[in-house]
Amino acid sequence: MTTLLEKTEDAEAGEESGQAAPAAEPAPAQKAGAELLLDALEEQGVDVIFGYPGGAVLPIYDALHQRETIRHVMARHEQGAVHAAEGYARSSGKVGVVLVTSGPGATNAVTGLTDALLDSIPLVCITGQVARGLIGTDAFQECDTIGITRACTKHNYLVGNARSLPAIVHEAFHVSRNGRPGPVLIDIPKDVQFEKADYVTRRVARQRNCIVTPPVQPKEIEHAVELMRQARRPVFYTGGGVINAGVEASAALRALARETGFPVTSTLMGLGAFPASDPQWLGMLGMHGSFEANNAMHGCDLMIAVGARFDDRVTGRLDAFSPGSQKIQIDIDPSSVNKIVKVDFPIIGDAGVILEALLSQWRKRENAAAALPSRLSEWAAQIQTWRGKDSFAFETSDTVIKPQFAIERLYQLTRGKDVYVTTEVGQHQMWAAQHFHFDDPNRWMTSGGLGTMGYGLPAAIGVQIAHPGALVIDIAGDASVQMMMQEMSTAIQHDLPVKIFILNNEYLGMVRQWQELLHDGRYSHTYSESLPDFVKLAEAYGGAGLRVERPGELDDAIKEMIAIDKPVLFDCRVSAEENVFPMIPSGAAHNQMLFGGAFSGDEVSKEGRVQV
Amino acid sequence: MENASVYPVPQGEAAVAESILAVIVDNEPGVLSRVIGLISARGYNIESLTVAEVDAEKHRSRITVVTRGTPQKIEQIKAQLGRLVPVRRVIDISEESDALTRELALVKIVSTGEQRVEAMRLAEIFRARPLDTTHTSFIFEVTGARDKINAFLDLLKPLGLVEVSRTGVLSIRRGSEAE
Repeated sequence: MTTLLEKTEDAEAGEESGQAAPAAEPAPAQKAGAELLLDALEEQGVDVIFGYPGGAVLPIYDALHQRETIRHVMARHEQGAVHAAEGYARSSGKVGVVLVTSGPGATNAVTGLTDALLDSIPLVCITGQVARGLIGTDAFQECDTIGITRACTKHNYLVGNARSLPAIVHEAFHVSRNGRPGPVLIDIPKDVQFEKADYVTRRVARQRNCIVTPPVQPKEIEHAVELMRQARRPVFYTGGGVINAGVEASAALRALARETGFPVTSTLMGLGAFPASDPQWLGMLGMHGSFEANNAMHGCDLMIAVGARFDDRVTGRLDAFSPGSQKIQIDIDPSSVNKIVKVDFPIIGDAGVILEALLSQWRKRENAAAALPSRLSEWAAQIQTWRGKDSFAFETSDTVIKPQFAIERLYQLTRGKDVYVTTEVGQHQMWAAQHFHFDDPNRWMTSGGLGTMGYGLPAAIGVQIAHPGALVIDIAGDASVQMMMQEMSTAIQHDLPVKIFILNNEYLGMVRQWQELLHDGRYSHTYSESLPDFVKLAEAYGGAGLRVERPGELDDAIKEMIAIDKPVLFDCRVSAEENVFPMIPSGAAHNQMLFGGAFSGDEVSKEGRVQV
Repeated sequence: MENASVYPVPQGEAAVAESILAVIVDNEPGVLSRVIGLISARGYNIESLTVAEVDAEKHRSRITVVTRGTPQKIEQIKAQLGRLVPVRRVIDISEESDALTRELALVKIVSTGEQRVEAMRLAEIFRARPLDTTHTSFIFEVTGARDKINAFLDLLKPLGLVEVSRTGVLSIRRGSEAE
């Protein structure tokens, strides 16, 4: 029979597998569930929790009160706590931990959990639940957390008793960080939190072998390298999976690109895995990607997808997607393969491990033919022509601040600093991706899959917790930033000098752009009425506010913002009706891009209009 | 009338086909919801579902699902089922040529006279076993592949078929190899 998946029998699951259990010691005193939880978190190396207290987690908060090993960062909304944990995880490579109460605490966390699921961010979210005897009785602040979060977590657990709690926590971390990372939720009834039981260490806890990554298949690697040696128009199409695979994966990608001479493009989520300053860098691809990246994807004869999932923002029209290429797809998640685009040659595995294997196989082969500069020279010349289009170029102005110009200045004035960037969702996010350049992984935190407005400010808080001395900037829009504005309080309380750089165009800019494109400029409810005075708002929170309206004032203001050692709301008033270009309209192919200027109204085909 | 909206009228999807999946899972609370939730979340109806523990020591259950979908969607469902933590193995029975599938049905017939005799004859042909009888009714137990049971029920429809209870499809592979 077609066995699609073979998970071996238990045993060696965890990283700690194969080690003998420690010799029997005198049994330690039994502890309450809340203490067992914190013991397990400590053993997993957790030193920060993002959370919000409430009735059903009181025992855990009481236990937390007496622990100095774990720092608790109180958010002002559970969604903010989850995004902060995402920012922490994405920028540090660790698992982010969230602690919220039952009912509204859990439902408020749902957006953040879904965001983490779509962007493969490792999180463990602990929710309180009403006492076991009350479950299913519509008790106060009760909700079916397990049912609600089943579709927005990688896995979830309802803890039945304190005895099983430590092993569940250990398995949750195992599930969250291994394979394709994602959020895992543990729902703990209140009475389990004070029920007494023995602690179980990570080593002793019996882990199921639930996340399987197959070993490297030398045959596959040899075949892939053979294709690479013959390719005349190759391209690396890299994604968030390279970031998730750790800095080693980025290093392997760089080495492999350098030795093969292949050009590299990346999705929004993968920015930073390959340095933007490298001559082989094509820029981001996709709907608002560069001309050279999209044309290289369209015209290549060999596409090597690494940790990228052929998202609809990337592929454009599917039946015209990269028509003449053979496609190799490297992904840790078998369900990502052939999901959208049929590939010729899937390789299941960790991006870093596979890239390293490709690199060593490439080096092993006699490279005379492959190294011939003439093999790729035509392709390189073609790419150079496309580059000449300078597709991210924009018109500058002496009177109004162009949003692209603002990002460009922000980038120039923060170069050489230890800088991390988060974003909200919309036009500003695309301009940031186009005009802020990253040379290292884990420096760019954005909501790619779910497109969650409000992500950037709390994510910046999480990043600043992980990197206390760094310059953390949330590139924001005037509409997005208001969705999680209350997290300014969190930043003030914990002395986190995050910089909120708002490109204020008084519109829900991206929606407005689509209304211009699809609906003849009928701007139905996309004007940001009654915006707050962001400067006064910052001051009201105890932070600093800056406002800039003229291009000539921008540099000094950015320098001032960087110098201020507390949270800053930077109200950058930009030209209102600027559109993000270049653009592949929905339903169009990679080689049918729009550049600047007004929309004529027939850019989008009937079929394309259905797509978001 | 021409479609006045800027959006097109949706066209039909690719052809759907029946698919039988056997899913071996850890028998723990919620595992059934995870499996069927994944299928129903894609808007596919589950035509039959059987589930029972098959290994008490290892706490393994076997879930057999019959659903319909486009081949690409079924492939996705299979891959995503494999991703679920308590799922041990996913077997696509419909891709398999030497798989045995069986279903059991209990069938109630209310009729008299010639119809009653004809129902008896059919039951014999289909090797259905009478479990209960009155002067006006029969209850038959019939086992077989899904198609055979469907055929039996179709033939009984004009002969006083009033109630049916079916177990849903079970499956196992022929020969000495085990899963």
